[in-house]
Amino acid sequence: MCLGVPGRIMETTDVAGMLMGRVDFGGVSRDVCLAYVPEARVGDYVIVHVGFAISLVDEAEARRTLEVLRTMGDTLDQELSPEQVLGGAAAQRRPG
Amino acid sequence: MKYLDEYRDPALARRLLDEIHAVATRPWTLMEVCGGQTHTIVRQGIDELLPPGVRMIHGPGCPVCVTPLELVDKALAIAAREDVTFTSYGDMLRVPGNATDLLALRAGGSDVRVVYSPLDAVRIAGQRPDREVVFFAVGFETTAPANAMAVLHAHRLGLPNFSMLVSHVLVPPAMTAILDAPGCEVQGFLAAGHVCAVMGWTEYEPIADRYRVPIVVTGFEPLDLLEGILMAVRQLEQGRAEVQNQYARAVRRQGNTEAQDAIRRVFRVVERAWRGIGTIPGSGLTLTEEFAGYDAETRFAVADITAQENPLCIAGDILTGTRVPTDCPAYGALCTPRGPLGAPMVSTEGTCAAYFSAGRRPLPRPPAPARSS
Ligand code: SF4
Repeated sequence: MCLGVPGRIMETTDVAGMLMGRVDFGGVSRDVCLAYVPEARVGDYVIVHVGFAISLVDEAEARRTLEVLRTMGDTLDQELSPEQVLGGAAAQRRPG
Repeated sequence: MKYLDEYRDPALARRLLDEIHAVATRPWTLMEVCGGQTHTIVRQGIDELLPPGVRMIHGPGCPVCVTPLELVDKALAIAAREDVTFTSYGDMLRVPGNATDLLALRAGGSDVRVVYSPLDAVRIAGQRPDREVVFFAVGFETTAPANAMAVLHAHRLGLPNFSMLVSHVLVPPAMTAILDAPGCEVQGFLAAGHVCAVMGWTEYEPIADRYRVPIVVTGFEPLDLLEGILMAVRQLEQGRAEVQNQYARAVRRQGNTEAQDAIRRVFRVVERAWRGIGTIPGSGLTLTEEFAGYDAETRFAVADITAQENPLCIAGDILTGTRVPTDCPAYGALCTPRGPLGAPMVSTEGTCAAYFSAGRRPLPRPPAPARSS
């Protein structure tokens, strides 16, 4: 139950005084409570836990993290193949 | 999917691994706190690709696993009542109590339902005023905002037939309990990113300081974990002990203050028993005075139920990281995900279940000497 997933807000609604939204998770969508991310807008990405958005994804930070990783030098020539690292779940979840 | 696939890029994972190998000159022992992180680490085999000597200990961060047996028995006692609709996250259904589990109760005709969100339980309570609707509120700081909102929402709607069986636990007190334990080998932590998304990381700063341990707030994808490990190893190599944030795309220092306000309004801090670890002061949440009327434990008078753990299960050692599942004599034989003996085999976030689904085998034992009869 502790796994949070990022999803994109498709629409927002008010349900009995509570901010709710339809959130898309790569094709599957769900109703999510947005009360804890009142600043969120349609199109934003949020991290969702048990039906609640607990955090807004900061897109600038997300890009920055990846850029840091991409510019990191190959400092050692290891004999590790990428398939070894990600042979499991990632490969299966990726279509094609 | 955006913000998932990029953090599973095999080429970048390899670079990170290379960098960890380059930076680590000595053996270091790290603990990842969260069961979701354990799952990724074991499933991707990340622990087996680290430099020799850099060791990952799997922490207590699976709420299902640390929920005490007596709480499961209390849940079972409530769920067995004719007037009750018992709702829970799916993970809790197969956790064995002393005599049965929620799934078996359901098969026997009890009204036990899996919900995705605690708001679903509130909705059921609204639709069925003739039923007592109880939600099994377990979890860390991550699920506390959701459970707090469910109580607030039920209150707003004036639903007298909604209540909660609360067994919330808090991460920082468990980390200090682990650090205080004699023989603790942990030299650095990967803190659970989503716990910190809610709570921020100010609570971790005094821990890093006092125990001289680096604490890196870390996400859940393979690249997040590898980067978190790299940041912790780098700190250790440089003799630093700070709180760092690897998971900047989702976590800010102050956390989610709206969520914290709701948690504080609905819950107060109490001591809690952790399965296999024991009672830790200030490590749990219970309902505040204002919302005590929603407490299922008092509503259904189950506070006196106590229970004994299965003596075969070494869950306590697993949860504190002193032993691994394959050390357990019951692992894979008497205890499997289909027939779990202890909680760490039940939830997909549990360390024993993570080992089992990754196909880890016990180290081969020397064959028994042949006997002629
Ligand atoms: S394998 Fe089963 S019995 Fe052994 S520690 Fe894990 S949950 Fe307990």
